[in-house]
Amino acid sequence: MNILDVLGPVMIGPSSSHTAGAVRLGGMARAVFGGLPEVAEMTLYGSFAQTYRGHGTDVALIAGLLGWKTDDARIPQAFQAAREAGLVFRFLPETDVVPLHPNTVRFHLQGERREISLTGISVGGGQICLTEIDGFSVEATGEFPCLLTVHEDKPGVVALVSSVLSNVGVNIAQMRVSRRQKGGVAVMLVETDQAVEAHTLAALEKLPHIQQARAIPPVI
Amino acid sequence: MEQKKSLEAFVREAEAGGRSLGAFCLAQQALEMECTEESLKQALLDRLQVMREAIAEGMEGKRSRSGLVGGDAKKLSAAASTPNWRSPAGANVHLAIVYAMAVAEANAGMGRIVAAPTAGSCGVLPGVVCSLGEMFALPDDLLAEALAVAGVIGLVIASRATLSGAEGGCQAECGAAAAMAAGAAVNLLGGSPEMAGQAAAMAMKNMLGLVCDPVAGLVEVPCVKRNAGAAVIALAAAEMALAGIKSVIPADEVFDSMREIGNAMDCRYRETATGGLAATPTGKLLWQTVKNLEMP
Ligand code: SF4
Repeated sequence: MNILDVLGPVMIGPSSSHTAGAVRLGGMARAVFGGLPEVAEMTLYGSFAQTYRGHGTDVALIAGLLGWKTDDARIPQAFQAAREAGLVFRFLPETDVVPLHPNTVRFHLQGERREISLTGISVGGGQICLTEIDGFSVEATGEFPCLLTVHEDKPGVVALVSSVLSNVGVNIAQMRVSRRQKGGVAVMLVETDQAVEAHTLAALEKLPHIQQARAIPPVI
Repeated sequence: MEQKKSLEAFVREAEAGGRSLGAFCLAQQALEMECTEESLKQALLDRLQVMREAIAEGMEGKRSRSGLVGGDAKKLSAAASTPNWRSPAGANVHLAIVYAMAVAEANAGMGRIVAAPTAGSCGVLPGVVCSLGEMFALPDDLLAEALAVAGVIGLVIASRATLSGAEGGCQAECGAAAAMAAGAAVNLLGGSPEMAGQAAAMAMKNMLGLVCDPVAGLVEVPCVKRNAGAAVIALAAAEMALAGIKSVIPADEVFDSMREIGNAMDCRYRETATGGLAATPTGKLLWQTVKNLEMP
């Protein structure tokens, strides 16, 4: 932490957790999806469900999906911009379920070729954490570039991925593998110090057992 | 947790080097951030610019999405130009209140602000620094230096306690902002590093115990007016410190006590909007009204 963290972020108000954090969560969702979806459904839990209108959490999430930053003065008009961009969206405040974290949002995103669900939380001061993708638990704060792979849960896959990364000089800051059942589909989220380039992603996708590799740029 | 920082240590080192606390903080932070003093100063000047734009935006009187706040900075400013207006606070304090409210109202209205240290408490520092800058015609370079002092005080508080209302109540947000602004004010007016540290301690002492109880869970009521109050407390603390008055309890210990008090605070008083003003009959009624609002 330094003085620019204390005197920051520069952001559109009113709340660092409910507005700035929501922009970043939307940005993470966009990155995981790989662009702007056609349909976005956002279920809000806890304090997000209670206060999202007053805090502009709704417009902030959409602004993030549009790829905007926390200090973008257009945030209050994000709905209109989203409609012009062809995004159909809807918010479902879920006030009966008590979430693990008070500021939780679950995205369901659909496009022509892809459908993804993911969950994120806003932990305070604009800091966020992506906690789940398609039922796999993950952990990413949006501070680092990330690599996301979907692969078969087979021995050696993790080692292969890390050797490809080290060959192109990408240092791994943190990695987490998650699977729903042994030997089934697994998801790996790798936080890296350097961004993973398109040609590396292509090389990764050629590896055995790897179904998908995607880069998630930092949102903070 | 991060290692504890000491405001007294910053003050000692600045005194030993014979520099203002601001000049010392700027140099020390540039070193720590591995950048030049010039580029750090420029980053602070950029933030100052955002603060000024937020003041201007707030002065236009835009209302918040919920409609609970907005327009009061404009109202207060207009009152001062009515013929029979007699200001109980005096011109300097009046301007600080106007600016603090303007920024807090801009924040509530989804304007662009600098979270300093948080969005909820974003009016305090610009309220104090920009009003003093204007009243005493101070150069922007000096204002940037004052922001560096504020930043370092915030860093110390973050390391010893917290800057989050959800963790420590409003004393952690508006309280920290007041301590930051008090130190900044002393630096602006040429006080010694020692005086700046004393001002921060005295400001925080006056904010200890303050709970976070936002009506309808929104950063609006009582936040906007607390920003005004915290700015005034910062000025009072700076006024005392510049006269050589000292806090009996040293700054670091005051911050430690803020942590202790925050830890003991019931969770109703830590941003959950279930206690205090949020739980009053009017507060509850407003929550229902806000819930039923169709918002743009
Ligand atoms: S009352 Fe709570 S939300 Fe409002 S400024 Fe204070 S800490 Fe922030």
